[in-house]
Amino acid sequence: MSSIQKVGVCGAGGTMGAGIAIVAARAGFEVVRQDLSAAALERSMRDTAGFFSKSVERGKMTAEARDAVLARITDTTALDGLAGCDLVIEAVFEELSVKQALLRALHPLLPEHAIIASNTSTLSITEIASGCGREDRVVGMHFCLPAQIMKLIEMSPGVNTAPEVFQAAWDWTLAAGQQPVRTQDKPGFILNALLVPFNNDAIRLVEAGVAAPPDIDAAIKTGLGYRMGPLELIDLIGLDTQIRLSEAFYPVTLDPRAAAPPLLRRMVAAGRLGRKSGRGFFDYGKPGMYGA
Amino acid sequence: MNHMILGGPSRSFPKDDTFLAAAVPEADVLVLLRRALHSDARGRVATLVELDQDSLGEHTGEQDGEEGGTVLGFARWRNGDDPPSALIELVVQKNSAPEAIAAARAVFEGAGLTVALCTDQPGRILDRLLRPKYNAALRFLDEGLATQADLDLTCRLGLGYPDGPIERLLRGGLHHHHAASAALFEAFGTPGYAPARRAVVAARRRARGG
Ligand SMILES: NC(=O)c1ccc[n+]([C@@H]2O[C@H](COP(=O)([O-])OP(=O)(O)OC[C@H]3O[C@@H](n4cnc5c(N)ncnc54)[C@H](O)[C@@H]3O)[C@@H](O)[C@H]2O)c1
Repeated sequence: MSSIQKVGVCGAGGTMGAGIAIVAARAGFEVVRQDLSAAALERSMRDTAGFFSKSVERGKMTAEARDAVLARITDTTALDGLAGCDLVIEAVFEELSVKQALLRALHPLLPEHAIIASNTSTLSITEIASGCGREDRVVGMHFCLPAQIMKLIEMSPGVNTAPEVFQAAWDWTLAAGQQPVRTQDKPGFILNALLVPFNNDAIRLVEAGVAAPPDIDAAIKTGLGYRMGPLELIDLIGLDTQIRLSEAFYPVTLDPRAAAPPLLRRMVAAGRLGRKSGRGFFDYGKPGMYGA
Repeated sequence: MNHMILGGPSRSFPKDDTFLAAAVPEADVLVLLRRALHSDARGRVATLVELDQDSLGEHTGEQDGEEGGTVLGFARWRNGDDPPSALIELVVQKNSAPEAIAAARAVFEGAGLTVALCTDQPGRILDRLLRPKYNAALRFLDEGLATQADLDLTCRLGLGYPDGPIERLLRGGLHHHHAASAALFEAFGTPGYAPARRAVVAARRRARGG
């Protein structure tokens, strides 16, 4: 049973923050959504209301339940709007200095018992917590995209995280209806540590002339039963994002598989970013969102 | 398109596989299951040589990088001792005859299989792509990144895979992974292909009859 009642989400105007806030509110927690950008908050609140209305249409929840969930959410651009939260989950920009500054500013505002969780994909939890004043109460809580749909959360303690804090955060993820897995404060945790080099390897196969993208994807889908081939997935993630992920991991791990392949850089330079630009390893005809 | 078979059953087409039963005594497409290439190939539209860790070039001979003709290679992907999948990796050379490729496709696709075309390189598509990832997963387990159950669960829930890497390797037999990985390590020498310790253990225990 989680003693956490009030949950703050920093960066709630963004993709992940908005999804995480939905998870918390849906599970019955009082939620404060915070973002520097009022416009982003407003937009994501509209999306959030739309998400719950769709749930009502699909018979997943009643209109009363939707109204109750929305009534549990408040929005703020001011950091001190988070005072009184038992748990604050940050999903702000993926920059160490931004996250460190945020945690330092949060510490004096929050009750002593409050836990801060980071949704970082590539940074170290220990480094994010460093110097914030409550290093023992910071945990890694890595949701998957889209957070409002995916159940998995990779949970990782930093070097200084107190075991009871990690446990309390773990219990909260269960109370929120999620599936936590325990991992370590290492680059990419489990998912990205396996996926980012694997995706680079698929690009290297194209580069080495082993096979064309449709053949590589067909081989993976038929041979292993994956729903999506790696090159289709990279097109969805964005080739520029794949470079950013590689650049986050390679200098830390020095794993040659994590280094961005030259073909990836050439394609990004040529404007082939994947689905969002209409063309990556496959041609989509026109730019668009996944599923569009 | 009909096919005839010499040799077999084999890893690609084990006993009772419908592809074996569908073969006719004489056809334009000759399938060689673990059989050396010989005069029977002459005059066929396509001759399809089953490959394991061998290259197509070992069967056809090579010299100037302009290889190709009616002899193609293939392998049906299997995860170790798991039943064969529906994937056929069809190995072609630079100047492989388009009619031979079309005939091979017709024969395999007619048997309900999916064909992925690749060039004659070590590990073809799947071994080359998967072995480093499997070695990484095995190493993560040794390093305590997560339990086996959590590593596998993460891949199933986070990536929508039907199974996780380690449960898959254990099901198919870790020693098979060792063999594929060791061959690629010999070919490329890059660390990703070096068989992970757990695979080495499995291979050694098997060699000792354990
Ligand atoms: N997008 C993904 O697939 C994914 C998956 C898992 C984790 N993550 C991680 O989640 C985090 C957010 O990623 P995203 O894709 O949602 O980014 P995003 O750019 O969509 O959203 C970030 C939001 O944070 C806000 N913000 C920036 N600095 C802030 C600050 N100091 N205080 C308050 N708000 C601030 C921005 O206004 C923006 O609305 C990153 O750490 C990222 O690594 C992303």
